[in-house]
Amino acid sequence: MLAYILRRLLYAIPILIGVNLLTFALFFVVNTPDDMARLQLGAKHVTPDAIERWKVEHGYDKPLLLNVQASGSAQLTDTIFFQHSATMFVFEFGKGDDGRNIGNEIRTRMGPSLAIALPVFVIGLLVNITFALLMVFFRSTYLDLWGVVLCVVLMSISGLFYIIAGQFFIAKLWNLLPISGFAGGIDGLRFIVLPVLIGVVAGIGSGSRWYRTIFLEEIGKDYVRTARAKGLSEVRVLFRHVLKNGMIPILTGAVVVLPLLFMGSLITESFFGIPGLGSYTIDAIQAQDFAVVRAMVFLGSFLYIVGLILTDISYSWADPRVRLQ
Amino acid sequence: MSEIITADVGDVLGYTGEMKRIGAILLKTVLLGISLSLVAGCSDSWNNPYPEATKQANTVYSAFAERPKHLDPARSYSSNEVEFTGQIYEPPLQYHFLKRPYTLIPLTAEQVPQPRYLDAAGKALPGDAPSARIAESVYDISIRPGIRYQPHPAFARDAAGRYRYHALAAADVAAKVQVSDFEHTGTRELVAADYVYQIKRLANPRLSSPIFGLMAEHIVGLKALGESLEKTLKAQPDAVLNLNDYSLAGAEAVDRYTYRIRIKGKYPQFIYWLAMPFFAPVPWEADVFYAQPGMVEKNLTLDWQPVGTGPFYLAENDPNRRMVLKKNPNFHGETYPADGDAADRQAGLLADAGKPLPLVDAAVFSLEKETIPYWSKFLQGYYDSSGISSDSFDQAVQFSAGGDPQLTDGMRKQDIHLITTVSASIWYVGFNMLDPVVGGLGEDRQKLRQALSIAFDYDEFISIFLNGRGISAQGPIPPGLFGYVDGVAGLNPYVYENQAGRIERRSIETARRLLAEAGYPNGRDAKTGAPLVLYFDTMASGPDAKSRLDWMKKQLDKLNVQLVVRGTDYNRFQDKIRKGNAQLFEWGWNADYPDPENFFFLLYGPHKKVTSGGENAANYDNPAFNRLFERMKDMDNGPERQRVIDAMLEIVRRDAPWIFAYYPKSFGLRHGWVHNVKPNLMANNTLKYRRVDPALRDTRRAEWNQPVLWPIALLVGGMVVVIAPAVIAWRRRERTIA
Repeated sequence: MLAYILRRLLYAIPILIGVNLLTFALFFVVNTPDDMARLQLGAKHVTPDAIERWKVEHGYDKPLLLNVQASGSAQLTDTIFFQHSATMFVFEFGKGDDGRNIGNEIRTRMGPSLAIALPVFVIGLLVNITFALLMVFFRSTYLDLWGVVLCVVLMSISGLFYIIAGQFFIAKLWNLLPISGFAGGIDGLRFIVLPVLIGVVAGIGSGSRWYRTIFLEEIGKDYVRTARAKGLSEVRVLFRHVLKNGMIPILTGAVVVLPLLFMGSLITESFFGIPGLGSYTIDAIQAQDFAVVRAMVFLGSFLYIVGLILTDISYSWADPRVRLQ
Repeated sequence: MSEIITADVGDVLGYTGEMKRIGAILLKTVLLGISLSLVAGCSDSWNNPYPEATKQANTVYSAFAERPKHLDPARSYSSNEVEFTGQIYEPPLQYHFLKRPYTLIPLTAEQVPQPRYLDAAGKALPGDAPSARIAESVYDISIRPGIRYQPHPAFARDAAGRYRYHALAAADVAAKVQVSDFEHTGTRELVAADYVYQIKRLANPRLSSPIFGLMAEHIVGLKALGESLEKTLKAQPDAVLNLNDYSLAGAEAVDRYTYRIRIKGKYPQFIYWLAMPFFAPVPWEADVFYAQPGMVEKNLTLDWQPVGTGPFYLAENDPNRRMVLKKNPNFHGETYPADGDAADRQAGLLADAGKPLPLVDAAVFSLEKETIPYWSKFLQGYYDSSGISSDSFDQAVQFSAGGDPQLTDGMRKQDIHLITTVSASIWYVGFNMLDPVVGGLGEDRQKLRQALSIAFDYDEFISIFLNGRGISAQGPIPPGLFGYVDGVAGLNPYVYENQAGRIERRSIETARRLLAEAGYPNGRDAKTGAPLVLYFDTMASGPDAKSRLDWMKKQLDKLNVQLVVRGTDYNRFQDKIRKGNAQLFEWGWNADYPDPENFFFLLYGPHKKVTSGGENAANYDNPAFNRLFERMKDMDNGPERQRVIDAMLEIVRRDAPWIFAYYPKSFGLRHGWVHNVKPNLMANNTLKYRRVDPALRDTRRAEWNQPVLWPIALLVGGMVVVIAPAVIAWRRRERTIA
């Protein structure tokens, strides 16, 4: 298995270079270093000299991909792409255009992102699986029917609506929780409850329907009939046997997103004032801060690859017949 | 207790093990709800985002929507940055909090400096000497002794007098997260050399000060210093710059408390720059402290951890969450002003006259990116003041029969107060004067632009899109600045007319006539018969922008002129303006200082965007106007200057390089417990005057935020109603299977 993981990690390097190159190309198609300088320096009293100085100071005074004036390997290395990309492979992200250390920002913001994303993921998974199993238990009854209707209704509503409605009713009208904000430690719990609650509710519709489909497929199989024939209760059949055998597709969807939880949620963090990586990314895009955008895309790609590897590993754990080679 | 109840109920109903567990969960949920109700009885409000211990704190609570990028006084320029640096740093001058028109008064200076003028030979000239003879203006600024910096580790010394933290290794900094993690702090007296040091910092290429280019044109030797520093950094990119090793001819310390600034020629507006944080003192110790290894990696830089002499210091800097300003224990005993007018007295703005500043102990600014939670928290009492977004405008403000804005009943019931003021800014639609269709100074082009100025009914625009938050502009100078003339005497006669003492927009027939005289009768070229098609470049996008752009098209439909909207992003838009590729465009300007020069220079020929990269985006260049501008900018306010301004206004109104759209009006709200609020569009250090009544705030918050518990009971009840039949069905099925 170790060899397999190592091989997969090595495969990741060209993927990450490709992603980096693509991000670089897309970013600089719409932004020139001059545009970035103007945005950072503001709209007033910006002189061409000031723009040049900003570019020199931030390392954007070099050619983008190929330095024809340099010789040898410097033609490739003395470029904006190389200077701003090479260090990322050792997770040195450098400074954002506002001068703040990106690595430090990521470390600081990861916690708040996880504080929301992890409970939403774990509680959401439990609630969705339980709800799906209950629908399967009551399959072909009015409870199943109305459960599916409820799921369709829930998944048809925009995520933004859940946030606005949740903030309006729970925090503003009923005064039960703070409408937004964040705090560290135990004091932070009261800020987390509302976004987590909304995150879980917003995910019930699609999650439960998906899991219901998986379980319905399992429930008709021979081993289920055998389990029932042995006299096991329906609860035991569902939660012990069907759930375990339905794990592979569940793992496919769940484990792959696990590392991405670090990246946070763009909208939720913005509305609830959570100082996480989601809001960091969206701020950087709005401010055309290429250094941060590039770092976050790189991190997202890396975590996605890690997620895929973890998914493969979890297959072998969930189903002993699967072997990683 | 709950276990016993659960067991009893379970036995009575005869549930199976699973059902008992479900029943237990349900009952525990009900009990939790009851417990929460009991807790609610003990606690005031559950939705309070602040710690319980701060209930009675003498603190201002506010929010910021966008995190500041820079807090270094050489770099920070945006209003969201100056909101912080203005409270921490102290330039030599400040604007009087209450007096209008805006008046400069000393802050750390002994007095407002008066420039001495020298000719090319260095001989003194009288104050009324013609500008052409003045080679240099010299400002000698004396600061008050005894002013001390906030406590900071950069000043900390050991028993032997050596700086404790000026020779740190990266390992010493490894465990530090914020400045307060350093055990020792110190302070020292503010000296004139600190002001000189900061002026040199403006030339530091590493800081990319936004005003370096402008100041290099005015301060003697600043440009040369910038070039010298650039040269050094090119040769040694990692060098630590010690600015004390570099001399600057235009700024020098005369003695411990006096420094001198030399300005090329005459630049009367320079005095206003002395009230901005760009000219606040920075101690060299701070630069040395933050330049040490490991500091930047921890975001410990002067750009993020300011060191000032102001009434507040930045105690907590988490721009991702909140920023906290606390009272500077070393602040130098400034008192609340006592010289206001009768209206100020009536408004209670002189109640604190003579009291030591600041009047609050701290200010907490929370990051609030979205308007909905911001507005909700303001209504809940968790923010002391708020702006009014378009979404909540109708909830907050209504207009009386006379057109005056007033608060709605709901707001008044909450003892919320409305503050309105006309901003020192202008929005305009610019014509590219280099464009072959709309540009040029010929009479026909003038008439074309005048016709279009009449057709764009900005009175209607203000009513529809701004909820009345604006005033139709009559020229480039907004109200409150010298040169602005109020009422019919100040109307733009090419667009408006005086009708029985009321300012009325000229009729569309007038516009059609002007258009015909310009060579486009009924919107068609008189020679070719081709329809007149104009192009409007804009960055606006989205549904809101669409309705505005449709409105613009409709305005020109009145003249049978077609308007083609060319939407673009910020970068492309800037690029088009720079290269002169736009035809019509919308732009705005906020005053840097309260002088008409700061608006007229936007139309000054040598500042043309295309040729000089200046701020004249319309590329307007009228020699007569330029001559008057050169005269006006050096004049003192008075009747003579007003006459020159009137002449300049006449020229730009006739030439119409801009459609003068509107002066925006800002509407703000404050709670009844917030005092000493008077809009001051120039001052950025008004937090020190603010007073709050924490007891009243706490009472109101408790009153407005009583938790409503019936939804919890309803939810629990609803769950029981939904789950109970399911449980029964489950039981039946289990029995059937058994």
